[in-house]
Amino acid sequence: MPDQFLFATEVFINGLMAGVLYALVALGFVLIYKASGIFNYAQGVMALFAAMTLVGIMNGQVPFSHIINAVFGTEIHHFGWHVPAFLAIILTVGVMVGFAWLVQRLVMRHLVGQEPIILFMATIGLAYFLEGVSDLMWGSEIKKLDVGLPQGGSFWIEDMTAGLGSDNFYGFFIDNLDMVATVVAALLVVGLVLFSQYTKQGRAMRAVADDHQAALSVGISLNFIWVLVWSVAGFVALVAGIMWGTKSGVQFSLSLIALKALPVLMLGGFTSIPGAIVGGLIIGVGEKMFEFWIGPLVGGATENWFAYVLALLFLVFRPQGLFGEKIIERV
Amino acid sequence: MKDMQDGYTTADGRKIGGVVMEMKNITLRFGGVVAIKDISFDIREGEIRAIIGPNGAGKSSMLNVISGFYVPQEGEVWFHGEPRPQMRPYEVAQQGIARTFQNIALFEGMSVLDNVMTGRLSYMKSGLFSQALWKGKAEAEEVANREVAEKIIDFLEIQHIRKTPVARLPYGLKKRVELARALAAEPKLLLLDEPMAGMNVEEKEDMSRFILDVNDEFGTTIALIEHDMGVVMDLSDRVVVMDYGKKIGDGTPDEVRNNQAVIDAYLGVSSD
Amino acid sequence: MFYREAGDFKTSYEQDSQTFPIKFDRFRYYAVLAIAFLVVPFVINDYWANAILLPFLIYAIAAIGLNILVGYAGQVSLGTGGFMAVGAYACYKFMTMMPEVSMFVHVLLAGGMTAIVCVVFGLPSLRIKGFYLAVATLAAQFFLVWLFNRVPWFYNYSASGQISAPERDVFGILITGPNAPAWATYMFSLIFLTLCALVARNLTRGTIGRSWMAIRDMDIAAEIIGVNPLKAKLTAFAVSGFFIGISGALFFSVYLGAVEVGEAFGITKSFLVLFMVIIGGLGSIFGSFAGAAFLVLLPVVLKVVGVDVLGWPTDIVAHFQLVIVGALIIVFLIVEPHGLAQLWRVAKEKLRLWPFPH
Repeated sequence: MPDQFLFATEVFINGLMAGVLYALVALGFVLIYKASGIFNYAQGVMALFAAMTLVGIMNGQVPFSHIINAVFGTEIHHFGWHVPAFLAIILTVGVMVGFAWLVQRLVMRHLVGQEPIILFMATIGLAYFLEGVSDLMWGSEIKKLDVGLPQGGSFWIEDMTAGLGSDNFYGFFIDNLDMVATVVAALLVVGLVLFSQYTKQGRAMRAVADDHQAALSVGISLNFIWVLVWSVAGFVALVAGIMWGTKSGVQFSLSLIALKALPVLMLGGFTSIPGAIVGGLIIGVGEKMFEFWIGPLVGGATENWFAYVLALLFLVFRPQGLFGEKIIERV
Repeated sequence: MKDMQDGYTTADGRKIGGVVMEMKNITLRFGGVVAIKDISFDIREGEIRAIIGPNGAGKSSMLNVISGFYVPQEGEVWFHGEPRPQMRPYEVAQQGIARTFQNIALFEGMSVLDNVMTGRLSYMKSGLFSQALWKGKAEAEEVANREVAEKIIDFLEIQHIRKTPVARLPYGLKKRVELARALAAEPKLLLLDEPMAGMNVEEKEDMSRFILDVNDEFGTTIALIEHDMGVVMDLSDRVVVMDYGKKIGDGTPDEVRNNQAVIDAYLGVSSD
Repeated sequence: MFYREAGDFKTSYEQDSQTFPIKFDRFRYYAVLAIAFLVVPFVINDYWANAILLPFLIYAIAAIGLNILVGYAGQVSLGTGGFMAVGAYACYKFMTMMPEVSMFVHVLLAGGMTAIVCVVFGLPSLRIKGFYLAVATLAAQFFLVWLFNRVPWFYNYSASGQISAPERDVFGILITGPNAPAWATYMFSLIFLTLCALVARNLTRGTIGRSWMAIRDMDIAAEIIGVNPLKAKLTAFAVSGFFIGISGALFFSVYLGAVEVGEAFGITKSFLVLFMVIIGGLGSIFGSFAGAAFLVLLPVVLKVVGVDVLGWPTDIVAHFQLVIVGALIIVFLIVEPHGLAQLWRVAKEKLRLWPFPH
C-alpha cells in the first residue's frame, strides 16, 4: 500500500478518536439542552472544575488555600494525605452534584421561562464565575492528572501495522488513552440512553424536555429533574475532564473543549444524542484530514476554525442540523 | 345579489365594488397533512368578508396564504385582476395587505407609538445616511408619517397610552394597538385573525364598532376570521364556511345560516 | 424636585422625537459634553488616559456597535473580537499604504471595511437564529484571528507577527505612536465616540431602528407587516460592524500602539464587550456607556483595593475579578435584564417624585 494512503488512514483514525472526545463533551450539552432548553456554555469549565477538584482531592490540597494564606498570612497548602483515585472520583461526583444543586437553586430557578438566548448568556456568566472559583479554590497552575489510565502510543498496534507500507512507514501511531476514551464514551452513551429510556427519572427528564407545564401538571418536580440533569452533566464533565486532563494536563485550556463541542452540536442538532456522536466524529475526522491535506498550503493551525466554518456552512443549508427536528414556523 | 359581475348593494345600502382578491383552487399541505383542499372564493372591494369554521378547519392557514407566509402547493392568488407572483410576506404587505394575528404579535419591547409607526414602514424610504444624520428627508418623513399614525391613534382612542411599552398593556388594549398598527399601513385589504378572541361582551362591542367604522370611513376591504357567530352574522356581508380544509358554504349570512352542510358541520352530524 | 418633566410641553412632532425630550436631560447632556471637550483635555495625564479614559471611550464605541446588533436587532454575536481585529488590521494597512492621508480617514475606512466583513458573516443570520447564530459568529471570531495570524501580508511580513502603529497626525498633531500627547489621543477618541453615539441615536429612533426592534421582538410578524428581514438584519450587521471596526482601529492605533492578534482580539474580547452590553443594558445607548465604564473601572478598582490596599497577590485579584464579573452577569440577567440603564431610569422616576414617595 502507498505510504500516503497509510498516513491518511492514520490521520483518519486519530480524527475518529478526537471526534469521540468531542462527542463526549457535546453529550453533556445535549443532556442539559434536552431537559431544560438551556444551552450550557459552562460545560467546558465544568469539566475543568471537575478535573481540578479531582486532582485537588487526590493530592489532599486545601481548598482556597491561596486566599487563606493571603488573608491570614499562613502557609498552608496540603492536608498531607493522598486519596486513592477511585474514592476521589466518588467524592468529586459528590461535589458536582452539590454544584448542580447550587446552580439550580441560585441561578436557573430564577430564569425559568426566559428566552433561550438569555439563558445562554447566563451560562456564559456562570462559566466565568466557575472559572474564577476553580482558580481560587485549587490554584491556576498546570496540574498532572493520573488516575491509572494507560498512556502513550500503543506498541501493539504499531507493530501489527508496521509491515503494511515501505520502510518509511513505522505503523499506525494510536494513543492508548484515546482508545480507552472511545470505550468509555461508548459505555457512557449506552448508559445514558438506557437511563433516559428505561428508568422513571429518565422518562420524567424527557417529559420535562417536551413540555415544562405539562410535566408539572402530572406531578413531576421540575426542581428535582433539573438538579438531576445538571448532576448528570456534571458527571459527563468529570469523565471528559479526566480524559483530557490525563492527556494534556489539567489547565485553563481544558475549558476550551466547550468551544470544540459547539460546532459538533450545530452539526448534529442540539437535541439529538446520536447527532452529538456523529457530529463529533465528522468534525474530528474532518479537521484532522483538512489540516493534513490543506493545512500546509495555507499556513497550518486550521483546526482553530475548521469546525466552525464547516458547521456554519452546513447550517446555512440545513438549519436544524443533521438529526434535529424540522422547524415549522407559525404565527 | 343577482349580478355579481360589478358588485352588489348590501342590505344596509352600501355599494360593494368589483373583485379585489380571488383565491383560485388553493391547496396547502404540510407534509402529509392537507390544511386547505381546493378552495376558491373572492373578496370584493369595500366588503366585510368573514371566514368561519370549526377549530382546525384551516382558516388561519388561509389567511397566511393570503399574506404570503404560506405558499400553497396548488392554486393561484389573484390580486387586482392578475395572478400574484410568488413573493415574500413583506412584499405582500407593501402591496397593501395588512393584518392582525390570532395570538397578538405586537413588538413587546417597543412603545405603542413605535408599534403603530412600524405599520408605516412601507411609506418610509429615506436612506441610511439621511437617517444617520437625522436631517432632510429622514426628519421630514418621520414627521409626516407620525401625523398619519397619530390620526389612527386618535381614531382608535389610544392616545393616552401612546408612549407606554406594549408589554405593560392589558389584553384588550393590545388587540386594539394591533389593529392600529395594521390600519397605519392604510391597507387596501385588511385581514383580521380572530379580532375578538378572548374578549368580554363590552370589548367585543367596541371592537365591532371599530371594524365597522374602519370599513365605513376609510372604505377598507376587510376579511376576518371569527368564532362568535353573532358577531360574524352582524358584521359581515358575505361568509365563507370551511370545515376540514374544505369549503362547505359561501354566501350572505342568511344563506349560510340555512345551508344544511354548515348546520351539520357545526352541530356535529355525521356526513353520511 | 431635582428632576422635572412637568411644564415641558412640546408643540410639534420634531420636538417630541428629539434626542433628549426633557429639558433637564438636555442641559445635563450639554454640561457633560462641555466638560468632556473643554475641561478634561487640560487636566488629563498619561495615567488617566491610558488606564481609564482611552479604554472607556474605545470600548464604549464597541459596546454601542454590539448593542445595535444584540440589543436593538436581537442578533447575538460572539465575534466582536474578530471584527475589532478587522478594524485594527484594516487601519494598519491603510496607515502604511497611504501615509500622507489623515488619521480620520484611516479610521473611517477601517470602519467601512469592517462593516463589509461583518455583513458577509451576517449573511447566515437570514437562515439561522438565536444561539445557533451566536455560535455561528464564533466562526468569524476564530477564522479572522487565524487569518491575521497566519497570512503575513496583513502584518506587512514583520518578524514578530505583530503590527505596530507608525506615527500619524491630524492637522499636524500626533495621534499615534509613543510620542502622541495624552490629550490628543483622548480628543481623537472622544470625537469618534460622540459621532458614533449621535449616529446610533439617530438610527435607533427612526425607521431603521424600528425595523431592527421589530425583527428582535417578533421576526415572523415583522416580516408579515412589511419589514424586509434581509435589509433589517444586514443593515444592523453593517452599522454594528462600522462602529466595532472604528473601535478596533482606535484600540490598536491610538490606545495600544502595537498588537498581537490572538492576545488583543481573542474570544475574551468578544465576551468582554458582550458583558458591557448586558451589564449596561440591552437596547440602550446610555447603557453602552455605563457598561463600558463599569467594566473598565472594575479591574482598576479591584486592583487598587486588592493589591494596593489589602496586599494580595495579583493573580488572586484577577481570579476574584472573574468571579465578580460572572456573578454580576447572572445577577443582571435575573434581576435587571435592562441593566444599569434601567436602574438609572428607576432612579430618575424616584427622583421625580422626591420627596413624596407616591
